[in-house]
Amino acid sequence: MKSIRRIFTLLVALPTLAHAALNVFACEPEWGALTREIGGDTVKVYTATTAMQDPHRIEARPSLIAQMRRANLVICTGAELEVGWLPLLQRESGNAGIQPGRPGYFEAARYVAMLDKPARIDRSQGDVHSAGNPHIQTDPRNIARVGAALAQRLAEIDPDNAAAYQARWKAFSARWDAAIARWQAQAASLKDMPVVVQHKSFTYLLNWLGLREVATLEPKPGIEPSVGYLAEVAARLKTTPAKAVLRATYQNPRASEWLAERVDIPAIALPFTVGGAPGTDDLIGLFDVTLAELLKVAG
Amino acid sequence: MLRPTMLAAALAVAMPALSANACADADFDALRAELKQMKESYETRIQALETRLQAAEIQANQAVHTAGKAVQAADQAESQAKNASAPAAPVERTAPASLLSQFNPEISLILQGQYANLDGDIENRNITGFLTPGEFEASSGFSIAETELVLSASVDPYFRGYLNAAIDPDGGVGVEEAWFETTSLSEGFTIKAGRFLSSLGYQNTQHPHAWDFATNNLMYDAAFGGAYTQNGVQVKWVAPTDLFMEFGAEIGNGDSFPSTTSTGLGDYTVFSHFGGDVGVSNSWTAGLSYLYGKAQDRESGIADLNDVWADTYFNGNSKNWVADFVWKWAPYGNPTEQNFKIVAEYFWRDEQGSLLCADNAAEGGACNGTDSAYTSSQSGGYLQGVYQFMPHWRVGYRYDRLNDGSTHYGANAAYLPVYDYAPTAHTAMIDYSPSEFSRLRLQYTQNKSMIDISENQFFVQYIMSLGAHGAHKY
Repeated sequence: MKSIRRIFTLLVALPTLAHAALNVFACEPEWGALTREIGGDTVKVYTATTAMQDPHRIEARPSLIAQMRRANLVICTGAELEVGWLPLLQRESGNAGIQPGRPGYFEAARYVAMLDKPARIDRSQGDVHSAGNPHIQTDPRNIARVGAALAQRLAEIDPDNAAAYQARWKAFSARWDAAIARWQAQAASLKDMPVVVQHKSFTYLLNWLGLREVATLEPKPGIEPSVGYLAEVAARLKTTPAKAVLRATYQNPRASEWLAERVDIPAIALPFTVGGAPGTDDLIGLFDVTLAELLKVAG
Repeated sequence: MLRPTMLAAALAVAMPALSANACADADFDALRAELKQMKESYETRIQALETRLQAAEIQANQAVHTAGKAVQAADQAESQAKNASAPAAPVERTAPASLLSQFNPEISLILQGQYANLDGDIENRNITGFLTPGEFEASSGFSIAETELVLSASVDPYFRGYLNAAIDPDGGVGVEEAWFETTSLSEGFTIKAGRFLSSLGYQNTQHPHAWDFATNNLMYDAAFGGAYTQNGVQVKWVAPTDLFMEFGAEIGNGDSFPSTTSTGLGDYTVFSHFGGDVGVSNSWTAGLSYLYGKAQDRESGIADLNDVWADTYFNGNSKNWVADFVWKWAPYGNPTEQNFKIVAEYFWRDEQGSLLCADNAAEGGACNGTDSAYTSSQSGGYLQGVYQFMPHWRVGYRYDRLNDGSTHYGANAAYLPVYDYAPTAHTAMIDYSPSEFSRLRLQYTQNKSMIDISENQFFVQYIMSLGAHGAHKY
């Protein structure tokens, strides 16, 4: 009886305990890391996915619904990246504040200029996102754009700490701009370097640094290549050679490695997001490691 | 800074007028005068514009928060405001109206069909010892299953609506589900009303296209005649804890087996679901549910002591417990390459009341229309595992077993048999999904649901999903 009463007290008290810090549910690690930079100790960030997971394909697990239930702010990429799981979490959570259109739901892709917008939307074209390529976090300038909007949104949801959010954002933003300048200087030699990508994961990165994407291993977005198609790509690379084959950590290396061996260029796994490789515990580390990997193959 | 913009705007306005009335000098002079006037009142106009833009920005911001649909207005106002006043506010860029998933409403269509090879000599398919809702239809050869048409959308900021209509291959449209639910209650509450698949157990809310096998399990066939549908209201609450805990109750008319009340509130359901992760690669869910149903003239069929098919009518109450358990594994939580899933469910049912066995003497049957006391206590369940061993390919196995428990027919015991038989089935399948929208399946079932019969069943099945990207439940 005593224990039942204790459990009941705990259940009643829990929502108030949960409100002690602002609960943030981040769909992807990069947005979790960005929120930590801006929110500091005033936010409690739960990151729903890891760099080892494909953000297109996540199961709407009960643990995610439980976290969504308590979230004050949900930050996701949007642009249909999470269309297979996020809407379900929102609906099942019984949390009105984080439904689409509410201040508690933040879509990063709304604040950047999207690339790869499909001219034709039809599933015969593969897994196309009508809003454009959703992997926006591979360009650090996009991180800055999203950060500015996120700082505002945090201030709006949690006005008591508005000044702290702005101050932390200003400090981070200054560090970030300096880092971008440094990365751009480092990457000057990468300009026009031809590369092959496994999936269109790095469109924004290549666009930022001026690399040339000469081939994609997926014949259509999200469709795995056949050996025949890979051989075709290999043949094409004979006339337009590339320096490396790029893939994200979570992607299966088979196709990349097969091709890399065939045309004798290195296959490299870029971290893609925070936690995708040793040394990528935060956003600055993410781009430090990404650049270092690219510079290695530029030789 | 605004000068070029203003001039451009003025020219843009003037251009069509110029081309339309190329020779109208009077119009041209008037326009020139207007331009001159505009130049003079330049400063005042900028100020007016700035105030208006600021007002628009504030309004637009409010609009975004009250209704997600107003995002476009905010985008325009914000980008204009950015041009007008220096401080760089984050610009919200609106995604173009999507043609796939942002359809309002979201529409999807599911095409299903199969080639089946069954034992054609079996008449009156049923589950021995269980009073099920009529016979099970099954036919060999090519057939299409019900085509599901699903529409769903937010009604407004407060509600969401959903329709699942099944188009019968023989004509006619059935309403599988048609409900609305709240999206604006807080503290974890959701209320749903209309016709919906009850949240009891695990598989019950899944439509056939989401099943891991081409055929339903014996438990759901015996206990709910496929799935338990509620015409009524559901209230659900999610606890604010790390461990997923969900509790809910449904009350309704009970138009679906095992409760078939035609008047008023016949039945209720209470359900609970729990779940969580174990490390990064494993996750689970478990639940316990209870269904109380009232039955009025509930029709079933059974082979009587003369082995002639007899129609029965049950009046009384039906108490059902369902326990469910699911375990999923995916390396590093990434199911794309490989994953494994175990599902187990079990149900217990007690029924008490009276059973009428309709007179079938004309066909040589034993029943003579006697209405006598009836009690039964039965149970059953299934255990299944599905393993995706490489991308696109899965294999699965399911074991079904029902326990006929104890059944007492009262005076009807003179006409109806009581068996000591546990219906079972073994099912194995392999399926191939070229993408997440298409699936082809090959299945073999050894069906021993009917006493003295061991039937080999083969199925080749396809499931095609068109339209909106439906998110599947865990």
